[in-house]
Parts: sequence; C-alpha cells; structure tokens
Amino acid sequence: MEREKVDEIIDRYQDEQGILIQLLLDIQSEFNWIPQEAIVRISERLQIPLSQIYRVVSFYKAMSLAPIGRHLVQVCLGTACHVRGGPKILNRVEEALEIKAGETTQDMNFTLRRVNCLGCCALGPVMIVDKDYHGKIMPAMVKEVLEGYD
Amino acid sequence: MARINSPTELEELRQEILSQRDPNKPCLTICSGTGCHAYGSEKVNSAFVEEVKRQGLESKVDIRRTGCHGFCERGTLIVIYPEEICYIQVQPEDAAEVVQSIKDGKVVERLLYTDPVSAKKIVREAEIPFYKNQSRIVFGNNRRIDPKSIEDYLALGGYSALAKALFQMTPEQVLEEVKKANLRGRGGGGFPAGRKWEECRNAPGDIKYVIVNCDEGDPGAYMDRSLMEGNPHSVLEGLAIGAYAIGSHEGFIYVRQEYPLAVENVTTAIKQAEEYGFLGENILGSGFDFKVRIHRGAGAFVSGESSALMTALEGGVGEPRPKYIRTAISGVWEKPSNLNNVETWANVPLIINNGAEWFASIGTEGSKGTKIFSLVGKVNNTGLVEVPMGITLRDIIYNIGGGIPEGKKFKAVQTGGPSGGIIPEQYLNSLVDFDELTKLGSMMGSGGMIVMDEDTCVVDMARYFIDFLCDESCGKCIPCREGLKRMREVLNDIVKGEGKKEDIELLEELSRVMSKASLCALGTTATNPVSTTIRYFGDEYRAHIEEKRCPAFVCKELVSYYIEPSKCQACLICLRNCPVEAISGGKNQIHVIEQSKCTKCGTCFDVCPPRFQAVVRSSGEPVPPPLPEEQRVLVRGKK
Repeated sequence: MEREKVDEIIDRYQDEQGILIQLLLDIQSEFNWIPQEAIVRISERLQIPLSQIYRVVSFYKAMSLAPIGRHLVQVCLGTACHVRGGPKILNRVEEALEIKAGETTQDMNFTLRRVNCLGCCALGPVMIVDKDYHGKIMPAMVKEVLEGYD
Repeated sequence: MARINSPTELEELRQEILSQRDPNKPCLTICSGTGCHAYGSEKVNSAFVEEVKRQGLESKVDIRRTGCHGFCERGTLIVIYPEEICYIQVQPEDAAEVVQSIKDGKVVERLLYTDPVSAKKIVREAEIPFYKNQSRIVFGNNRRIDPKSIEDYLALGGYSALAKALFQMTPEQVLEEVKKANLRGRGGGGFPAGRKWEECRNAPGDIKYVIVNCDEGDPGAYMDRSLMEGNPHSVLEGLAIGAYAIGSHEGFIYVRQEYPLAVENVTTAIKQAEEYGFLGENILGSGFDFKVRIHRGAGAFVSGESSALMTALEGGVGEPRPKYIRTAISGVWEKPSNLNNVETWANVPLIINNGAEWFASIGTEGSKGTKIFSLVGKVNNTGLVEVPMGITLRDIIYNIGGGIPEGKKFKAVQTGGPSGGIIPEQYLNSLVDFDELTKLGSMMGSGGMIVMDEDTCVVDMARYFIDFLCDESCGKCIPCREGLKRMREVLNDIVKGEGKKEDIELLEELSRVMSKASLCALGTTATNPVSTTIRYFGDEYRAHIEEKRCPAFVCKELVSYYIEPSKCQACLICLRNCPVEAISGGKNQIHVIEQSKCTKCGTCFDVCPPRFQAVVRSSGEPVPPPLPEEQRVLVRGKK
C-alpha cells in the first residue's frame, strides 16, 4: 500500500470540516477497498480515534474492509427487479460462483454484491459485471454471462 | 467566460447565445440517462458523431447528449429537432440511415414508435401516448439540454428566476410566493416547503445552511438521479433562490456516491455557475453571496433522513437523532439548516418565474404542481413520468404506462418505496395526492411507483421491504431495530409455510408499536408495506399460513414443479436448461422432475415451449407421483 497516495488524498482536504467520509470514499475508489494501513494513517494525521474511523467504514455500504475480486458482479434487487425475478438471478449467480452475496471467490476472480436499484428498471432483472449491463436476464443465461469473465 | 454582473447583462448573454443558434438547424439529441446508458447509448453516440463527420454534415447538424428523456422502456432514444421526430430503440448501425434522412428531410419509418392500439406510426415525440398524457414542467427540459453546458440552460431562460428573486423581490416576498404556491416536499413527507423555510429564516443565528437531498435510496426509484444528472442547474438555481429567502450563504448537495454521473454533472454545473457569477460572491452584482459544496453519500438508506443526513455532512455516521429541536433550528453543526429534496428545489425557479398562482392552478386542493414518478415493474412502458397532482393511478398505469405486459392481470401498485404501501385494484381511481395516498395507508414518497401483476406475491413483497429495512435500520432505537427483526422472522416463517395462525395478529401488534415508538420515519413508516398487505390481501396471508399455498407461485418453499406426462413431447429443452440436472428423460422418453433435486428455480417452466405447456406449477397440493419408469416411452399421436 502506498503511503504517499494516502497522504496525497488526505492533503486534498486541507482545512475543511467534516471530510472523513469524503476522504474515505476517495481511498475506496483508489484502492477498491480500505486497507487497515490507510485507516491508521488517517487516524495519525487527522487525530481521529481509530475506533471512530472503523465505525464510519463499517456503517457505510460504499466502503469495504476487504479487497474485492478482479470482476465485480452486481445483481440488482431493487423493487422493480425483485418483481421481475431478480432473486432467482441472484440464486443462480450464487450457485454458479459458489459464494453468497457480499463474498469473494477464493481465486479472487469474482466479488458478488446485491444492490438496491441501478436506475435502469426497464432492463430488469439486471445484473452488471464490471461495467457491462446484462438486462432482461433469465436464470438460464447466468452461467454463460459469467463464463465470459474468466 | 465573462462574469455577469446584472440582470441586464444576463439577458444580453442569453440573447447572444440565442443569436448563435439557428432554431431551424437540425439537432439530434441522444438520451444518455441511466436506462439508455445501460442499453449502450455511448456506442450510439459515437456512431452518430462518426457518421455526421463521414457525411460531412458537422456544420449542418448538431448532436447533443442529454439526460434522461423518460421513456426508458424503448431506449436508446433519439429526438431530432426542430421537428421533434422521436426514434426508439436506436442502435449504432442505424446511424447512417438516420443521418441520411436528416439530409433528405425524410423520416426513418422503422425506428418510429408504433401505437399499440391503432398500429399507426407516430412521428412526433409529444404525440406518443406515453408523453402525451404527461405534463413535464420540471423534467421536460432534460431532453433539451446537455447537462454539461450552462449555455443550453441559459438559452432556455436559465437563472432568470434567480435574477428576478434577487432584484425584484425581497427575501420575504420570495418566501411568501413559495408559501402561497403551497409547494410541498417531494422527498416523502410532503411538508410545506415555505413553512420549513420560514422556520429556518426566523431561527436565531447568522450562519444558516441549505441542503439538497439527493440520497435517493428508495429501491426502484431514480427520479432525483435523472434530474440531477440531466438538469443540475435547475436544482442549483432553486437552491440559490431558497438560500436568498432563508438568509443562508452556504449550501450542500448531498448526493449518493453510487450516482457518479450526478456527482460529475453537478460538480461541473457549480463550477460554471461560479464562473458566470450565478453562485459565489456578489451574485449577479446583487451583493448576495452563496457558495455550494458537494458531499458524496456513502451508501446508507437511513442517511436520507434529514437529521441523519446532517450528521453525515459533518463527517459522522449518518444516524438520525431525536427531533425535539428541529433541524430548522439546529441542524448541521448546530446551525439552522433547511433540507429539501432535489425535485422540490427544481420546482422553485418555476414558481418564481411563473408565480404562485400559476403553480397552484395545477393539482388538487392540498397538493399543487406536478410529481415525477418512476413507473416500473410489471408495466409496458417503464420510465420516468411527470404528471399533475390529482391524476388517477389508473391514468398513470394504463394511459401513460400502457398497462400490464403479456396480457396479465393487474394486482397492485406500490408507492412510497419501503415506507409506502401496496394499493389494490379497487383503489385505482384514487387521485395522486399527498393526503389521498396517506388515507389508503401508503404515501406519495419520493416517487417510486412499482406495478405488480398476478405473478407477484404480496407476502413476499412485504418480506422484501422488511428485509431491506432490516438491513438499513441503523439500530439506534429499539422499536425499529428489534421490531424489524421480529417481523422478518415472522414473514420468513410465513413464506416458508411455517406460519402460525396468530402471526397476522402479531405482525399487526408489532406494526402498532413501531409506528408509534420509533425514533425516525424509517421506523415509523417501515410497517406500511406489511399493514397495507394485511389490510388489502389478508386472504393471501391466510393461504400461506393455513393452506401452505402461495397463490402467485412465488414463495419457493410452497411451490413445486412437475411435468404433466400427457403433455410432455420429450423435446429435451427443460432437461438441458435445468441448472441442477434434476430432470431425467431422453429422446422419446417422457421427462420427469426429481423433486429431491429440484431447487424450484422455475427455469423448466419458463423454457417449456408454450405449445406444450407440459411443466406445471403447483402450490398447496401434493405433486402427483412420477410415472413408473416403464411407462415413460413417448407414444406420439398418429395424425
């Protein structure tokens, strides 16, 4: 983990109030997760207790305390996707990857997340792998979609 | 760009922008809202840019990437001005033909919308029934402007309301106008914005904050997102006017990190507005200062609650606090703070420009203006719709939404997201109105409108929302934290067929306690999905509990699939598609589902050719025993 990078992110918010969430989000987007070293560094530099930073990180969904896999699979379970069969898609993905939502495969290839609305309800049920949208997906199509990302 | 120092200079700038634009020059607008983006509008855009270049029309045709047009069902959408020709489901391959048609002054018939009733092609966007029955006063400009261009916004009269407020009205007059218009909060509660502003204005203290709430966490709703992405200046203008009325010089935009394009577009918009002097110091030379900062939300539904959001703005964990002292008196850093939703702010410039009377002429006695809904679920025309208050639910779902797909039967509509309720068919003629919807046990909410057909199980829906809220409850107060957990347990039992007779009563009792004793609105309204489903669909609960039957065939544990031997044509389709190899059979061998292996995913039911309909769903009754091995040879009927 590059300490300089963390320092640089902290420096973006000189003399501003209430920036903890903002800089943690920047760290998340830089490293794709929030490494412990980063939390320690923030605590040192900003004099915020470690426990307080952990509380913030564990509260918000956009922050992750574990590294994520090479491919991020997001299955939408917003209400529109739910009524169109989203849960069946999630079940199929869980079976195919042999992990539960929120987990990462052992080979670090896939991380699976369930999300609440991606804002493209017309395509429901929808899943996103990395940046690719797979809309109006049927359970029988799931395996083939995932095979495209090995 | 030069700083604008007076309303006269603003008007001159507008005239200059307009003089450089030929209203008759063809302009091709490509929707880049989230729906169209998912369809691949990025590629469509590149193809059109390329094609215009290839045909040497760069100086003759403009291309504009806009925010969401609304008709997400048929993306990627393209509208060509000035004729307003609307093309649907446009693909990159269509670019050559469309660009050629602009050159020739023709219309590409095959890309037009076909009216499902008359089977006629419709050329103009405004005549498509989906759009025709709307009144898009807030959302309508989305399709006319490139959100990254302040000039586009100015060309349509942008920031003239701000100039009017600052130079022709006192803060008190602005406040009075908003009060007279009876603008009610579009975020859920429906509290009158003017009264909220007044309380904040009158609160003691020099430092006051105004806040835009774009923490749209409601699953199945994306109105605020599309407005923020598509027309950020309209929100900023409204916010600045509000700040002037309240006496605030600093504002925040709280926008979800999950909406990166909204963050990007509003960031650009603030920068542009500052450069022109519509934000920052001495706005338009009026002496009024107002600066805006963006705060990205990190993904917590409960943080959309006003006091929680304000804690998040301070950098803390976004949990609500008791509101004995209102946020209008003590909000961010204990200063008087006024928070409104994106759509509420975007209404403000309209009220200032057109007057309170105009605004109040739209809608019902208690609910004025329009409301944007995200019309989704089991409906033909999924999309964002803006309708006048007072329209019926039936009009929205059938006239605009085009009814239920595949000839299925309407069952219910859910409004208000996880805090709202499920409204059954007998109330379809009810009016869209804050108070009417509350009477039905639901609420206006921020604008999610999810249509459900006969294949939707309402008990499963209630469980879905409780499950969502259980995950999202911050856990600070006991009624919400524990109440939701217990409700989830009870509902899980019911959908598994392990429900007990007294469960309905228990759910009702939990609802009563939670709705009275929870700390914030998340908890007090959390029970609406449960109480409305019990109220309107009690029979379905009883079917699950007493007969172990799910009438909609949704609850996995209560549903079985089997193959009707007399109908099976041994086509192997279900057998090949079964993800768990639970189907045995072969060529000329009638297929049989092995119940012990079946995970009830329903794939066999979905893939069985409609002309056979051999796969049968059953619930509440035992599956017939499988055909003995020796009788499974298929004897094909002689013709």
